[in-house]
Amino acid sequence: MAMVFSNNTVNSALYLVLHMLSVSGFYLLLQAQFLAVIQILVYAGAIMVLFLFVIMVLNLGDDEKIQSKINFKEFFAIILGIVVLSQLLYIAGGYTGILPELSVEQAMAVGTVEAIGDELFTTFLLPFEVTAILLTAAVVGAMLLAQKTKNVED
Amino acid sequence: MIELEWYLGVSAILFTIGVLGVLTKRNAIVVFMCVELMLSAVNISLVAFSSFMGDVHGMILVFFVLCVAAAEACVGLAIVIAIFRNNITADISKINLLRW
Repeated sequence: MAMVFSNNTVNSALYLVLHMLSVSGFYLLLQAQFLAVIQILVYAGAIMVLFLFVIMVLNLGDDEKIQSKINFKEFFAIILGIVVLSQLLYIAGGYTGILPELSVEQAMAVGTVEAIGDELFTTFLLPFEVTAILLTAAVVGAMLLAQKTKNVED
Repeated sequence: MIELEWYLGVSAILFTIGVLGVLTKRNAIVVFMCVELMLSAVNISLVAFSSFMGDVHGMILVFFVLCVAAAEACVGLAIVIAIFRNNITADISKINLLRW
């Protein structure tokens, strides 16, 4: 999963597919079956096809000219990454156990399609509809941005 | 069952890899992929908390995050295509359309 730092764009996209599949495996380990299926469908099915299609359109297969050459920037990024990682691990380590004790049946009943759908269509009905409007607006905006006429930018 | 701290550790490591990718890469599409990596790291953490607390609300939040990430990837890749069509580059250090 740590192989995003490939120089080839297509290789890193395929590593991202592998990463999404393993994240879906994590969801299955956490008894979130619905989210695992949604993860595979949305990410590995839709978003990665979109990424690979854009890579194919833009013809970016070999990018020796695009890979970074500035060593100072990478050094700074590594320092910042170490700081962020240590902060996150510190927060995760300072966590005190306030979790409720769950029986196996309760833990199994959390991530099922029935529980998520029941909560999604009763309590969270308005955010659900807003999400639908957001997706429609995103599709229309993407078509407007990527169309061939030059009325987008200057 | 695996402890919660391991999931949080994996999430933190993935988030840090995403931050490193965003900071070091200069290809716009790879930067988008690293943003997706950070989003999925946060999703792992949310699902882990939700599953260990027996609460379904975290999973619903992850569902909405997935929808917003799909919309963001769609619009972002369209912007990349538009910029690439106007001036032929995908190098984000050469894109200065909004520079004053």
